[in-house]
Amino acid sequence: MNIHEYQTKELLRSYGVPVPNGRVAHNVENAATVAEDIGGERWVVKAQIHAGGRGKGGGVKVANSIDEVRRYTDAMIGTHLVTPQTGPEGRLVQRVLVEQASNIEKEFYLGMVIDRASQRVTVIASASGGMNIEEVAKKTPEKVIREQVDPAVGLMSFQCRKIAAKIGLHGKQINAASKMMLALYRCFRDKDALLVEVNPLAEIDGGELIALDAKMSFDGNALYRHSDIIELRDFDEEDPKEVEATGHGLNYIALDGNVGCIVNGAGLAMATMDVISFHGGKPANFLDVGGGASPEKVGNAFRIVLADPNVKVILVNIFAGINRCDWIAEGLVQAMRDQRIEVPIVVRLAGTNVELGGQILEQSGFPFIMAENLDDAAIRIMATLEAFS
Amino acid sequence: MSVFVHRHSRVIIQGFTGQHATFHAEEAMQHGTRVVGGVTPGKGGQVHLGLPVFDTVHQAVVATDADVAGIFVPPPFAADAIMEALEAGIGVVVVIADGIPVQDMVRVKRYAKDRDAVIIGPNTPGIITPEACKVGIMPSHIYTPGRIGVVSRSGTLNYEAVQQMSKLGMGQSTSVGIGGDPVNGTDFVTVLRAFEADPDTDAVIMIGEIGGQQEVDAARWARDNMRKPVVGFIAGVSAPPGRRMGHAGAIISGAADTANAKMDTMEALGVHVVRNPALIGETAHRVFS
Repeated sequence: MNIHEYQTKELLRSYGVPVPNGRVAHNVENAATVAEDIGGERWVVKAQIHAGGRGKGGGVKVANSIDEVRRYTDAMIGTHLVTPQTGPEGRLVQRVLVEQASNIEKEFYLGMVIDRASQRVTVIASASGGMNIEEVAKKTPEKVIREQVDPAVGLMSFQCRKIAAKIGLHGKQINAASKMMLALYRCFRDKDALLVEVNPLAEIDGGELIALDAKMSFDGNALYRHSDIIELRDFDEEDPKEVEATGHGLNYIALDGNVGCIVNGAGLAMATMDVISFHGGKPANFLDVGGGASPEKVGNAFRIVLADPNVKVILVNIFAGINRCDWIAEGLVQAMRDQRIEVPIVVRLAGTNVELGGQILEQSGFPFIMAENLDDAAIRIMATLEAFS
Repeated sequence: MSVFVHRHSRVIIQGFTGQHATFHAEEAMQHGTRVVGGVTPGKGGQVHLGLPVFDTVHQAVVATDADVAGIFVPPPFAADAIMEALEAGIGVVVVIADGIPVQDMVRVKRYAKDRDAVIIGPNTPGIITPEACKVGIMPSHIYTPGRIGVVSRSGTLNYEAVQQMSKLGMGQSTSVGIGGDPVNGTDFVTVLRAFEADPDTDAVIMIGEIGGQQEVDAARWARDNMRKPVVGFIAGVSAPPGRRMGHAGAIISGAADTANAKMDTMEALGVHVVRNPALIGETAHRVFS
């Protein structure tokens, strides 16, 4: 689960991480008040959406007067901001962060993530921060410092000093950077984060270090023990169909093809998409109905898949382990009755109660196209697409 | 022999009296598994499915000599249950739960370091040595005894591969689901090493997914250490590029964790790669005979 920059900064501030003085604003007057409260002569107005690359899309502006703060806020709120990460339709800006502007002397990168390879929290740091950090990592990997955290003792001060020295900090900055890293780690650990990223970590006038931009992402499986983090969730930033699917216990991701897919298990769902692609088709979605799929769940899966107008044919591929083919079949028949489905449906059933499932489908009288196995299913999908085009 | 579990394995079930655990314990016993008891804190002294229930794993091990634990407790309690099993000296811990917080697993892995135990999962259908020992939730009727080892991250894709094998008359020595979580108990290399050492396994089918590098690491290990042939598949060729937040993920994993990139590397390292998941069984049949 991702949160907004202003939420991340408020959270980090509560852990003692130095962040710029600033607050969120929901309208023009609000933004002007925030700027006046902060004081100073220059402010930064930052559009609050979850996608990155905001600067490139005009979502980050430096204002030299309260009037400019108003103007920039007015230009951002209510518009769709397009960045390299939003896609062409952009993302609706509903709020801005107004902050005191800083004079940046140098930009560093500092992040923490759970590394699959070491299976530990790993601190990543680099003397070259800013937007080109991935480029730096690719071309000069030696300039990216990595330090693993032993979960038995947590991140230690000496490790932080080592990292700070390696990215070229010195004097008082070493201790300031260490303090910041320890605070970031405490927040990462306490809140079950998957990612915290400070980019850039900026050196501003006088050598002070500050988290100029910050991102955090949290483990969905751990949200049950963090009610404060759940409250930060912004459903407007998520695909409404994916949110609806999650509410029904389904895992759905929209794609741009025309073959709707309803499968159990993430691995088999991916493999089903792969077989369709292998035969020249294009999947319209990834959908995992999970274990214990009730008829209601199957009905919901159909509703979500069919909400996509591009879907011309649906492949239902179920290999029942803890699922049961007869439940799935009942769900299919019920969905046909309730939803008056007109697109052709290819069904492949295997595993627990497969014969019973087949009987239910056959006796229903609906024109299900039955497939023998995975390859046969893809072949029938392609033949059906051809016949209907 | 088979790997990790066999007909002499003495299995206890943690979370024994729960609905799912009860159902799958019965299934396992019908499949020939020696379930010797179970643990449900607060229900020690009761009898369930004709077997003793204990309050702690330690009591269960002392009383039954159990060496394998199947953990059926809900995700929030799973990390504690795994560590309890490790501390009690259980050698093979199978974790079915899907949805364990990843930092819990980071701590579990640290706790398991230097302990001579194998953790299978989490987020796995489990492990099965056909007609000898099943610890998990897979449909046991699709598995048949044989001489091919199967190891996979996905559960249902494991079933798919096994059914394709069975139709061609190929049985399994052991099928291991290592689970789909980013931090898991046992990686592909550990399972390949066990299969290579197992006299009852002639060849291995390895089924991976996009994300991470462990299939590639396993292929490299196989090239340097294995004499038995390996057939491999990676699911997710058609998966959209992950919607990453920030740069850290890309920095840490590099660019080479797409399905095609991994299959290309595995092929170069000598794995017999299948590009069409409908042909896993057929390819294995061709390569292994």
